[in-house]
Amino acid sequence: MSIAERALPSMAGVPRTGLKHPARWIAGIVCLVLLALLVRAFALGQIEWSFVGQFLTSKAILYGFGNTLLMTVLAMALGIALGLIAALMRLSDNPVANAVAGGYIWFFRGTPVYLQLLLWFNLALIFPAVGIPGLWEARTVDVMTPFWAALLGLGVCQGAYTAEVIRAGILSVDSGQIEAAKAVGMRRRQVMRHVVLPQTLRVITPPIGNEVIGMLKHTSIAAVISYNEVMHTASMIYFVNNRVIEMLIVCSIYYLATVTILSFLQSLLEKHFGRSLSRSSRPVGAEEGAGA
Amino acid sequence: MTPAILARNVRKSFGPVEVLRGISLEVQPGEVFGMIGPSGSGKSTFLRCLNSLERVNDGDLYVNGEFVGYRLEGGRLCELNDQELSRQRMRTGMVFQRFNLFAHMTALENVTCGPMVVQGLGREEAGRQARELLDQVGLNGLYDRYPVQLSGGQQQRVAIARAMAMNPDILLFDEPTSALDPELVDEVLETIKALAKQGRTMVVVTHELAFARDVCDRVAFMEQGQLVECATASELFGAPKMPRTRDFLQRLNT
Repeated sequence: MSIAERALPSMAGVPRTGLKHPARWIAGIVCLVLLALLVRAFALGQIEWSFVGQFLTSKAILYGFGNTLLMTVLAMALGIALGLIAALMRLSDNPVANAVAGGYIWFFRGTPVYLQLLLWFNLALIFPAVGIPGLWEARTVDVMTPFWAALLGLGVCQGAYTAEVIRAGILSVDSGQIEAAKAVGMRRRQVMRHVVLPQTLRVITPPIGNEVIGMLKHTSIAAVISYNEVMHTASMIYFVNNRVIEMLIVCSIYYLATVTILSFLQSLLEKHFGRSLSRSSRPVGAEEGAGA
Repeated sequence: MTPAILARNVRKSFGPVEVLRGISLEVQPGEVFGMIGPSGSGKSTFLRCLNSLERVNDGDLYVNGEFVGYRLEGGRLCELNDQELSRQRMRTGMVFQRFNLFAHMTALENVTCGPMVVQGLGREEAGRQARELLDQVGLNGLYDRYPVQLSGGQQQRVAIARAMAMNPDILLFDEPTSALDPELVDEVLETIKALAKQGRTMVVVTHELAFARDVCDRVAFMEQGQLVECATASELFGAPKMPRTRDFLQRLNT
């Protein structure tokens, strides 16, 4: 054996192991114990689980949650439509459009949605009648039902937030893309529709997903103007039967289940919009960073 | 014959900085015109003025006999609107230094996009034409790749096919090989060379002097926003008249 081999012995064939992580094991066990305690508390607490099962499928709750879903979809659709318009106005070089959109975003982000719901619901105090002069007219109190007040309150407010999300998405598109689109002769509207907006989808999907999940739960605020969503329904029930915790658990189950589904749908959307950026089928030998 | 490009004392400033200080030149139809010069000399800016990506501040700029970017109305030059600009831009095709392929579209979609959106061509017709063009630049079989899945050289060749798809009168190349790894430069230069042989009018801003010498009919040397010298390629590279041109060429040759 040479001197070098003695001083610097060969390690070929010696088994190799990863780092040990004792702290992770301890933390995991602590978490499990805490979880077990939590489950025990719920099991032993004053919860009548049979009520939970009974109300989970009750007509009133199903109807209420149907309204929650309906309002989430409609208000979010209104919010995205308004948000897209406001974002485009914000980015236009027309100072009037810019100012109008700025004012809209300022007001509706600047006041609580709770306040806005009450404002819409009590719109009759400012505008006793609404309509198109000579064509159609109605008393505002008749028109502004809890449904419409909730839709307008949640949707118009959502639009102000969505506008900023979409604007961020548009700003994230490289200016070279816009120049290339102009260079082939696209008009401004075509550049936006065919080149810019499709590329924002990937960027805005996570924050919009966030907003949808937020909206699902914000609809519960519409209970304040007695819109019949699930929290409102649940409270009507527990005012009568006093089963507060049980009813809240029923609602939680519905919310959690829906959010789980929404999160899954979001991940599918992200995968779909990200397909053009996956390098999975890159040719061998293509140089790094060329597409950046 | 109407010149393909006529520039007379073209001036352009970015704020207080004047980047084009009176450029005058003429490019004839069918000519391959090279522009060389140090970075920041204004050659790319001049190219971008030709399709209104930048606005000229003063002087005359005619492309195919049409004044670029403005319309004379009651003794004033009025900016062209969106629609008129689009019509003007369709007559030139541009290839960018950083390719700028539409990132959300496949190679084929990048090429069909212009004809379909701008000219209203049907999907089938546009697709047929796009495949032909992609084959021409040597990319058959890569139709469905997204830009990130292509090498830089391949991306630039898609960009050339995209510019060609609008069947423009003039092709503008803005340093088309500057962002490429050295071993990928040749495939793009060969593609451009093949187009030059077809008798297309082209303006090529480039740092590839050998390419300019071999392919361009005439070459202009720019420095500090001015056109220092403009001559046939063999004259400019073989016997430059201006000392500044000579300096520049010498510096690059050593």
